[in-house]
Amino acid sequence: MALVLVLTGVAVVATVVMIVRDVSPPGDPYFLLLGALVLALLAQVVVGIMALVATDADVDAPTFVAYLFTALLVVPVGAALALVERSRWGSVVLLVALLTVAAMQLRLDSLWSVAGA
Amino acid sequence: MPEHSSHLASGPGRVLVAVYGVLGIAATGRSAVQLLGEPGRAPLAYSLSLLAAVIYLVATASLLRSTPAARRVALGACTVEAVGVLVVGALTYAAPDLFPDKTVWSHFGQGYGFLPLVLPFLGLAWLRRTSPAVRG
Repeated sequence: MALVLVLTGVAVVATVVMIVRDVSPPGDPYFLLLGALVLALLAQVVVGIMALVATDADVDAPTFVAYLFTALLVVPVGAALALVERSRWGSVVLLVALLTVAAMQLRLDSLWSVAGA
Repeated sequence: MPEHSSHLASGPGRVLVAVYGVLGIAATGRSAVQLLGEPGRAPLAYSLSLLAAVIYLVATASLLRSTPAARRVALGACTVEAVGVLVVGALTYAAPDLFPDKTVWSHFGQGYGFLPLVLPFLGLAWLRRTSPAVRG
Protein backbone atom coordinates (compact mmCIF):
# COMPACT_ATOMS: atom_id res chain seq x y z
CA MET A 1 0.00 0.00 0.00
CA ALA A 2 1.51 3.26 -1.17
CA LEU A 3 0.26 5.28 1.82
CA VAL A 4 2.09 2.98 4.26
CA LEU A 5 5.32 3.31 2.30
CA VAL A 6 5.05 7.12 2.13
CA LEU A 7 4.33 7.46 5.87
CA THR A 8 7.13 5.00 6.69
CA GLY A 9 9.53 6.94 4.48
CA VAL A 10 8.66 10.26 6.12
CA ALA A 11 8.99 8.70 9.59
CA VAL A 12 12.38 7.17 8.68
CA VAL A 13 13.66 10.61 7.60
CA ALA A 14 12.31 12.22 10.78
CA THR A 15 13.91 9.49 12.89
CA VAL A 16 17.30 9.82 11.22
CA VAL A 17 17.15 13.59 11.82
CA MET A 18 16.39 12.94 15.51
CA ILE A 19 19.30 10.51 15.78
CA VAL A 20 21.75 12.89 14.10
CA ARG A 21 20.63 15.91 16.14
CA ASP A 22 20.36 13.78 19.31
CA VAL A 23 16.79 14.87 20.08
CA SER A 24 14.90 12.61 22.47
CA PRO A 25 12.28 11.68 23.34
CA PRO A 26 10.41 12.45 20.11
CA GLY A 27 7.87 15.28 20.15
CA ASP A 28 4.11 15.21 19.61
CA PRO A 29 4.21 15.74 15.81
CA TYR A 30 6.37 12.65 15.53
CA PHE A 31 3.91 10.57 17.52
CA LEU A 32 1.03 11.91 15.39
CA LEU A 33 2.96 10.68 12.36
CA LEU A 34 3.43 7.25 13.98
CA GLY A 35 -0.28 7.24 14.86
CA ALA A 36 -1.16 7.90 11.21
CA LEU A 37 1.18 5.09 10.18
CA VAL A 38 -0.47 2.66 12.62
CA LEU A 39 -3.92 3.60 11.24
CA ALA A 40 -2.66 3.03 7.70
CA LEU A 41 -1.22 -0.34 8.76
CA LEU A 42 -4.54 -1.25 10.40
CA ALA A 43 -6.34 -0.36 7.16
CA GLN A 44 -3.79 -2.47 5.32
CA VAL A 45 -4.60 -5.49 7.50
CA VAL A 46 -8.32 -5.15 6.65
CA VAL A 47 -7.76 -4.47 2.93
CA GLY A 48 -5.08 -7.18 2.72
CA ILE A 49 -7.26 -9.89 4.26
CA MET A 50 -10.22 -8.88 2.07
CA ALA A 51 -8.03 -9.05 -1.04
CA LEU A 52 -6.70 -12.43 0.10
CA VAL A 53 -10.23 -13.82 0.45
CA ALA A 54 -11.27 -12.36 -2.93
CA THR A 55 -8.30 -13.55 -5.01
CA ASP A 56 -8.12 -16.84 -6.89
CA ALA A 57 -4.32 -16.77 -7.02
CA ASP A 58 -2.30 -19.12 -4.83
CA VAL A 59 -0.97 -16.59 -2.33
CA ASP A 60 0.84 -18.03 0.74
CA ALA A 61 -1.97 -17.00 3.10
CA PRO A 62 -0.50 -17.73 6.59
CA THR A 63 2.73 -15.89 5.77
CA PHE A 64 0.86 -13.00 4.16
CA VAL A 65 -1.38 -12.51 7.21
CA ALA A 66 1.59 -12.87 9.58
CA TYR A 67 3.44 -10.08 7.72
CA LEU A 68 0.35 -7.86 7.83
CA PHE A 69 0.13 -8.19 11.61
CA THR A 70 3.89 -7.96 12.23
CA ALA A 71 3.99 -4.64 10.37
CA LEU A 72 1.06 -3.39 12.47
CA LEU A 73 2.47 -4.46 15.85
CA VAL A 74 6.12 -3.53 15.45
CA VAL A 75 5.44 0.24 15.49
CA PRO A 76 3.69 0.46 18.90
CA VAL A 77 6.30 -1.87 20.43
CA GLY A 78 9.12 0.27 19.01
CA ALA A 79 7.43 3.46 20.26
CA ALA A 80 7.04 1.96 23.76
CA LEU A 81 10.73 0.99 23.86
CA ALA A 82 11.69 4.47 22.65
CA LEU A 83 9.68 6.09 25.46
CA VAL A 84 11.43 3.92 28.05
CA GLU A 85 14.88 4.54 26.55
CA ARG A 86 15.02 8.34 26.44
CA SER A 87 18.27 8.69 24.61
CA ARG A 88 19.58 8.59 21.08
CA TRP A 89 19.36 4.79 21.30
CA GLY A 90 15.61 5.04 21.74
CA SER A 91 15.41 6.71 18.33
CA VAL A 92 17.58 3.96 16.85
CA VAL A 93 15.02 1.44 18.16
CA LEU A 94 12.31 3.41 16.30
CA LEU A 95 14.42 3.29 13.16
CA VAL A 96 14.71 -0.50 13.51
CA ALA A 97 10.91 -0.74 13.90
CA LEU A 98 10.29 1.44 10.81
CA LEU A 99 12.77 -0.49 8.69
CA THR A 100 10.97 -3.67 9.77
CA VAL A 101 7.72 -2.16 8.47
CA ALA A 102 9.45 -1.36 5.17
CA ALA A 103 10.81 -4.91 4.95
CA MET A 104 7.31 -6.31 5.62
CA GLN A 105 5.91 -4.13 2.82
CA LEU A 106 8.45 -5.47 0.36
CA ARG A 107 7.80 -9.06 1.41
CA LEU A 108 4.01 -8.58 1.17
CA ASP A 109 4.44 -7.16 -2.29
CA SER A 110 6.67 -10.02 -3.46
CA LEU A 111 4.35 -12.68 -1.95
CA TRP A 112 1.51 -11.13 -3.93
CA SER A 113 3.38 -10.84 -7.22
CA VAL A 114 5.02 -14.30 -7.00
CA ALA A 115 1.52 -15.79 -6.85
CA GLY A 116 0.62 -13.77 -9.94
CA ALA A 117 -2.30 -12.10 -8.22
CA MET B 1 14.35 2.41 36.60
CA PRO B 2 17.73 2.50 38.35
CA GLU B 3 20.54 2.83 35.83
CA HIS B 4 23.79 1.05 36.41
CA SER B 5 26.57 0.22 34.04
CA SER B 6 26.03 -3.52 34.05
CA HIS B 7 22.41 -3.24 32.87
CA LEU B 8 22.33 -5.17 29.63
CA ALA B 9 19.12 -3.82 28.13
CA SER B 10 19.72 -0.07 28.27
CA GLY B 11 21.28 2.34 25.80
CA PRO B 12 22.66 0.44 22.81
CA GLY B 13 21.47 -2.77 24.49
CA ARG B 14 17.89 -1.66 23.88
CA VAL B 15 18.57 -1.61 20.15
CA LEU B 16 20.11 -5.06 20.36
CA VAL B 17 17.02 -6.36 22.16
CA ALA B 18 14.77 -4.79 19.50
CA VAL B 19 16.67 -6.34 16.60
CA TYR B 20 16.88 -9.70 18.35
CA GLY B 21 13.16 -9.55 19.03
CA VAL B 22 12.36 -8.89 15.36
CA LEU B 23 14.67 -11.67 14.21
CA GLY B 24 13.19 -14.02 16.82
CA ILE B 25 9.67 -13.32 15.55
CA ALA B 26 10.79 -13.70 11.93
CA ALA B 27 12.53 -17.03 12.59
CA THR B 28 9.65 -18.37 14.71
CA GLY B 29 7.14 -17.39 12.03
CA ARG B 30 9.16 -19.03 9.29
CA SER B 31 9.74 -22.28 11.17
CA ALA B 32 6.08 -22.48 12.24
CA VAL B 33 4.87 -22.06 8.65
CA GLN B 34 7.45 -24.56 7.37
CA LEU B 35 6.84 -27.24 10.00
CA LEU B 36 3.04 -26.94 9.91
CA GLY B 37 3.00 -26.74 6.10
CA GLU B 38 5.31 -29.41 4.71
CA PRO B 39 7.42 -30.95 7.48
CA GLY B 40 8.72 -33.69 5.16
CA ARG B 41 10.14 -31.45 2.47
CA ALA B 42 13.33 -30.33 4.18
CA PRO B 43 13.50 -31.77 7.71
CA LEU B 44 17.06 -30.57 8.39
CA ALA B 45 16.43 -27.01 7.21
CA TYR B 46 13.17 -26.74 9.15
CA SER B 47 14.62 -28.16 12.36
CA LEU B 48 17.45 -25.67 12.10
CA SER B 49 14.97 -22.84 11.57
CA LEU B 50 13.16 -23.85 14.73
CA LEU B 51 16.42 -24.14 16.67
CA ALA B 52 17.49 -20.69 15.45
CA ALA B 53 14.10 -19.25 16.40
CA VAL B 54 14.29 -20.63 19.94
CA ILE B 55 17.85 -19.37 20.39
CA TYR B 56 16.95 -15.87 19.21
CA LEU B 57 14.04 -15.73 21.63
CA VAL B 58 16.28 -17.02 24.47
CA ALA B 59 18.86 -14.35 23.62
CA THR B 60 16.18 -11.64 23.59
CA ALA B 61 14.83 -12.71 26.97
CA SER B 62 18.30 -13.02 28.53
CA LEU B 63 19.35 -9.59 27.32
CA LEU B 64 16.17 -8.15 28.84
CA ARG B 65 16.70 -9.83 32.22
CA SER B 66 20.42 -9.07 32.52
CA THR B 67 21.04 -10.98 35.75
CA PRO B 68 24.42 -12.75 36.03
CA ALA B 69 22.74 -16.07 35.14
CA ALA B 70 20.92 -14.50 32.18
CA ARG B 71 24.24 -13.01 31.08
CA ARG B 72 25.72 -16.50 30.90
CA VAL B 73 22.68 -17.76 28.96
CA ALA B 74 22.98 -14.83 26.54
CA LEU B 75 26.67 -15.61 26.10
CA GLY B 76 25.80 -19.22 25.25
CA ALA B 77 22.99 -18.20 22.89
CA CYS B 78 25.17 -15.70 21.01
CA THR B 79 27.95 -18.27 20.70
CA VAL B 80 25.59 -20.91 19.28
CA GLU B 81 24.22 -18.32 16.84
CA ALA B 82 27.69 -17.34 15.68
CA VAL B 83 28.71 -20.98 15.16
CA GLY B 84 25.34 -21.80 13.58
CA VAL B 85 25.39 -19.03 11.02
CA LEU B 86 29.01 -19.75 10.06
CA VAL B 87 28.58 -23.54 9.75
CA VAL B 88 25.18 -23.47 8.03
CA GLY B 89 26.23 -20.52 5.90
CA ALA B 90 29.29 -22.43 4.68
CA LEU B 91 27.31 -25.67 4.20
CA THR B 92 24.67 -23.96 2.03
CA TYR B 93 27.48 -23.09 -0.37
CA ALA B 94 29.50 -26.33 -0.01
CA ALA B 95 26.61 -28.84 0.10
CA PRO B 96 23.43 -27.14 -1.15
CA ASP B 97 21.72 -30.57 -1.49
CA LEU B 98 21.43 -30.73 2.29
CA PHE B 99 19.16 -27.70 2.24
CA PRO B 100 16.31 -27.97 -0.27
CA ASP B 101 14.63 -25.02 1.46
CA LYS B 102 16.02 -21.96 3.17
CA THR B 103 16.78 -21.41 6.83
CA VAL B 104 17.51 -18.18 8.65
CA TRP B 105 21.18 -19.12 8.54
CA SER B 106 21.33 -20.03 4.82
CA HIS B 107 24.02 -18.20 2.83
CA PHE B 108 25.17 -16.45 6.02
CA GLY B 109 21.74 -14.91 6.59
CA GLN B 110 21.47 -13.29 3.18
CA GLY B 111 17.65 -13.44 3.21
CA TYR B 112 17.65 -11.34 6.38
CA GLY B 113 20.05 -8.63 5.30
CA PHE B 114 22.96 -10.57 6.84
CA LEU B 115 21.59 -9.67 10.28
CA PRO B 116 22.06 -13.26 11.54
CA LEU B 117 25.75 -12.97 10.70
CA VAL B 118 26.29 -9.61 12.38
CA LEU B 119 24.05 -9.90 15.44
CA PRO B 120 25.77 -12.62 17.48
CA PHE B 121 29.08 -10.75 17.26
CA LEU B 122 27.42 -7.47 18.26
CA GLY B 123 25.79 -9.40 21.12
CA LEU B 124 29.10 -10.85 22.26
CA ALA B 125 30.78 -7.44 22.03
CA TRP B 126 27.99 -5.85 24.06
CA LEU B 127 28.16 -8.59 26.72
CA ARG B 128 31.90 -8.02 26.98
CA ARG B 129 31.64 -4.23 27.19
CA THR B 130 28.99 -4.30 29.90
CA SER B 131 30.59 -7.07 31.91
CA PRO B 132 30.76 -5.96 35.58
CA ALA B 133 34.33 -5.58 36.88
CA VAL B 134 36.64 -8.38 35.74
CA ARG B 135 37.85 -7.67 32.21
CA GLY B 136 36.02 -4.35 31.73
